[in-house]
Amino acid sequence: MIWENILIYFVVIPVLTLAGLAVCKNIKQVRAVSIVGASALMVLGVYLLVEFLQLRAAGVADEMLFRGDWMWFESLNIKLSLGVDGISVSMLLLSCVIVFAGVFASWNMDPLPREYFLWFWLLSTGVFGFFIAVDLFAMFMFYEVALIPMYLLIGVWGSGNKNYSAMKLTLMLMGASALLMLGILGIYFNSSADGNLTMNLLEIAKNNAIPHEWQYYLFPMTFVGFGVLGAMFPFHTWSPDGHASAPTAVSMLHAGVLMKLGGYGCFRIAIYLMPHAANEMAWIFLILTGISVVYGAFSACVQTDLKYINAYSSVSHCGMVLFAILMLNTTAMTGAIMQMLSHGLMTALFFALIGMIYGRTHTRDIRKMGGLMQIMPFLGVGYVIAGLANLGLPGFSGFVAEMTIFVGSFAHADMFHRVLTIMACSAIVITAVYILRVVGKMLYGPVYDEHHRELTDAVWHEKFAVITLIVCVAGLGCFPNFFNEIIYDSFSPIIKALGAF
Amino acid sequence: MELTLLMYIVPSLIMFCCGVYGFITRKNMIAILISLELMLNAVDINFVVFNRYLFPGEMEGMFFSLFAIAIAAAETALAIAIIVNVFRMAKNIDIRELIKMKF
Amino acid sequence: MDFSYSYLVLVLPFVTFLFLGLMGTRLSRKAAGVVGTTMMGITAVIAYTIALDYFFGTTQGQLVDGIRQQLVAWDLTWLEFSEKLVIKLGFLLDPISAMMLIVITTVSFLVHLYSLGYMQDHHHEYEKGLQRYYAFLSLFSLSMLGLVVAPNIFQMYIFWELVGVSSYLLIGFYYTLPAAVSASKKAFIVTRFADLGFLVGILILSFYTQTFDFITLTSDPTAAIATAGGATFMGCSVTAWALTLIFMGGAGKSAMFPLHIWLPDAMEGPTPVSALIHAATMVVAGVYLIARMFPLYCLEEGAMTIITVIGAFTAFYAAAVACVQSDIKRVLAFSTISQIAFMVTSLGVARPELHDGVGYMASMFHLFTHAMFKALLFLCAGAIIHAVHSNEMSAMGGLRKYMPICNIAFLIGCLAIAGIPPFAGFFSKDEILVAAFLNSPIWGVWMMLVAGMTAFYMFRLYYKIFWWNTPNYHHTPHDGPMTMSLPLIILSGISIVAGFVPFGEMVTYDRASHPIHMTMWVAISSVAVAVVAILLATKLYLKENEAPAKMKDAFKGVWTAAYNRFYMDELYQFITHKIIFERVSRPLAWFDRQIVDGSLNMLANITNSASYAVRKLQSGNIQAYVYVYLIGALLLGAITVICLI
Repeated sequence: MIWENILIYFVVIPVLTLAGLAVCKNIKQVRAVSIVGASALMVLGVYLLVEFLQLRAAGVADEMLFRGDWMWFESLNIKLSLGVDGISVSMLLLSCVIVFAGVFASWNMDPLPREYFLWFWLLSTGVFGFFIAVDLFAMFMFYEVALIPMYLLIGVWGSGNKNYSAMKLTLMLMGASALLMLGILGIYFNSSADGNLTMNLLEIAKNNAIPHEWQYYLFPMTFVGFGVLGAMFPFHTWSPDGHASAPTAVSMLHAGVLMKLGGYGCFRIAIYLMPHAANEMAWIFLILTGISVVYGAFSACVQTDLKYINAYSSVSHCGMVLFAILMLNTTAMTGAIMQMLSHGLMTALFFALIGMIYGRTHTRDIRKMGGLMQIMPFLGVGYVIAGLANLGLPGFSGFVAEMTIFVGSFAHADMFHRVLTIMACSAIVITAVYILRVVGKMLYGPVYDEHHRELTDAVWHEKFAVITLIVCVAGLGCFPNFFNEIIYDSFSPIIKALGAF
Repeated sequence: MELTLLMYIVPSLIMFCCGVYGFITRKNMIAILISLELMLNAVDINFVVFNRYLFPGEMEGMFFSLFAIAIAAAETALAIAIIVNVFRMAKNIDIRELIKMKF
Repeated sequence: MDFSYSYLVLVLPFVTFLFLGLMGTRLSRKAAGVVGTTMMGITAVIAYTIALDYFFGTTQGQLVDGIRQQLVAWDLTWLEFSEKLVIKLGFLLDPISAMMLIVITTVSFLVHLYSLGYMQDHHHEYEKGLQRYYAFLSLFSLSMLGLVVAPNIFQMYIFWELVGVSSYLLIGFYYTLPAAVSASKKAFIVTRFADLGFLVGILILSFYTQTFDFITLTSDPTAAIATAGGATFMGCSVTAWALTLIFMGGAGKSAMFPLHIWLPDAMEGPTPVSALIHAATMVVAGVYLIARMFPLYCLEEGAMTIITVIGAFTAFYAAAVACVQSDIKRVLAFSTISQIAFMVTSLGVARPELHDGVGYMASMFHLFTHAMFKALLFLCAGAIIHAVHSNEMSAMGGLRKYMPICNIAFLIGCLAIAGIPPFAGFFSKDEILVAAFLNSPIWGVWMMLVAGMTAFYMFRLYYKIFWWNTPNYHHTPHDGPMTMSLPLIILSGISIVAGFVPFGEMVTYDRASHPIHMTMWVAISSVAVAVVAILLATKLYLKENEAPAKMKDAFKGVWTAAYNRFYMDELYQFITHKIIFERVSRPLAWFDRQIVDGSLNMLANITNSASYAVRKLQSGNIQAYVYVYLIGALLLGAITVICLI
């Protein structure tokens, strides 16, 4: 039975929450239902982690655990296939945390709170579904489910030039989906040498039947398709506008989880299924992502809108994720996943804080703020911590992820990789520049606007969201080996596929 | 002089072309309606004439034209009603002016 | 007792940091200060126990065949990059780390104590945010201790970054003052830039040697370098590159030219912080780093030459600037740069075969003594600033009558730094000069000249503060409370006797015992130079007179250049703002908005205009439709007819 598989509940809980929201009458009920849903997911995530570790400790060496297949479309041999490895488990946990914090960050959503949370939970459904599926069709379907609500969330509840941003974001991501759909169909029709076509990732990888000449077309399609979502240069421009217009929790969810779908898809589909092309064509994308890293950081240096700064910083950090994935060795790829986790948490924290500050000052222009540390110490300290985590301070997750990436990338001894790696390293200095610039201008110094003196500090639900995220960031940074081991082991089949092409 | 088929068809063709010309070029809705009626009547004539010359024993053409006349009457009534209403709303029945619904 | 209890040295400051950081606002300011100071005191006691046990105990295998062993008290795996590259957090005990434990905990404890008095205003109210101040001090102590006991280079890098951030937070303690904010930012970014070199150096080194471990690297450096398999890059061996880049990190932290620009600005922080971080401990991290990897550096002559040249030049440059500054903390800051450059040079000229590697010992010795007397000088400066509310020399003068304790302490500090026997600085500086002369007479003479300049500017400072003329004070200046005076007295005591510590028997490059032998002619000539410089300073600055102003006018150009620190800050300002911000970032941001985003917008616009163009066909005008239909039907008919015919 499908209900015996624990993974399906990652989709069932959001759907139940949606149903619950549909009958809610006022904002109190909406909040209650959302908190119950988010907490249930959190508990489920932790439970899954424990179960997963126990199975692994018991010596179950399957590539994916909790596998299950249910026929969907008989004629096309499309099944609903579920399964998780260490990477998916970490991603699921990340999503749980962000959704949990996101609910608290959208406490006072206005107008139409119920409708807002409906779309919010629909988006979460898509995200969770994507991470538990191992079937290309199911993955694509959940991916689309996660994308569409974004349009409405930004278009209706956003700020600033929201129609333009929502449209741009949706169109660019839809364009990417079109590429992706082509790629997936191409993979499907080449999935097997003996005519038993399949959408199942694991079987496709095992068959390894995609002809090399096909891989040269399908790899760029799928990689770019997911790369757009991962803000790869030059397809990143939706990100600054989209983030700037999105409401707080949506930015959190978007940067925190949705952009991770891109990175996850890149290695799970593009690299894992087409190792030959991945080896041959990595250099093109390495250059692009290397540019992303430095370019995003430099662009962030001169922005004046808090959200733009953070969006460009996301471009830089997510570029680092794709950059590391393309290094095609275990250490760097582990670093990439760590970076996904770390960036997800840090950026969510950042956007949460920016949202809270913006909700008070009604401006995001750093030139019009100053000395906020005296006025709202909790948010100020939170922002400094987020900033320090972002610039890679040891003890926070960013440091661990970046160091793992650099050590992994440095394992390539040729000039090309060396130069790119050192270029990527230099981003840590530029990151320090733009982070400290913002902190210095906005939080420190004398109070810029005397009206700001009347503002209040964070209230309990805001504190709760911020503290949850800070604890996660610090936890990952102080005890990195826990996740590092889970992720590291999961990469062996992928590396084997890459080595054996 | 015996009346031939052609002597009916040519005037009905001229009538029909006049109707088409009127329909395309006139801007007044009443005039357009009249052009439409002209085309219909031209067709009715054809029905009757073909019945009479090609199938003398049958009556279908006659019935059909009677049917068409009835429908045309109903349609005209409807069209006039619409036009009157439009005129009441817009004080105008020039189709170049009536473009509000387009946008 | 084995050394496993040594984890307390790291845990106690960490707990204090967390406690004061999270719960601090619930405590009164005074209580927070007392808690911080007490915890640091306990840490200091434990650190002393460890160090004394290491140097003088025998039960743990500290000493085997006359050679002090490197002991790893404990370690635990923190992060595994791959099978071989594993970061462990651990506790390495060897002569230099034991010595640093003493230096750090002593100065840190005294600064904690001193701050209790210093961080009060005139009504004896404790300053706002004192809890935060003590939390950061604990964080700094933790990071610095973690740095010195690191058994592998990556742990060192981790704590290296942490001291950087504690320094950032403490410089920016008065965060409402724009000067403090920009100084803290500058300090962090400049050192961060240097750390980029450090990081790349670590990456190179660890890739070729497949280890982060200091013991593996330094116990058999030849083998470690041999693992690189003679790989070269641009004509130099990769290890030379790695070591030079690592030195870049050290130069950033230790404020070597041209990465020194952050240190003078860092004086915007509270003065006790300057004493602890920017004089005694953090800024010598670079020296410590080179000392830690000394066996590797010895094998790369090129890297050593770079270190020597940069060290010697910085020593001179900073001394020259210090001679003309008017802000007393800046004088001390440049003097710190100059003195650290002494240590760096000393390491650069040291070779194992030269007099049993005397340069290494001298460098560590000077690090030790300098930490004490420079902390003393800074704390005195703090007391003076506290008393007269100004950093400028022009607001001081004649203070010997008002602040006797401070006067004596400052004088002792000056004598120590000038290298007058029997004060501490004499012994260590003398050994550095010996090492420099052994390497090459050029370096020897050069460093001796700088030593003379040191004596001159320190006494210029001393006379300007305590003699010269007496301006009109609003409040009569007086010595600080006991919490401030006690550290001054203790540090003065240490500065007098520290020179007699038998360093040669304790801290040497091969950890064997090589007792110090005085080289008489070097000692005599260096003292002579110092005395002449002091006499010159006495002549010029003892009483108010016109001579200094005349000299200033005579050498107007040089004076202005030196006063403006030879325009290094302006140069950096130019590079960062005019080039990086204006010429790189801004065009990039423009490029992003206009070209990258613009091309996508253009795509959208083209689609839009195409739809508008096509839209005209669907006018909604039935007459037009009929017309088109008619033409089409006629055409079709015509074509059919033509075809049939």
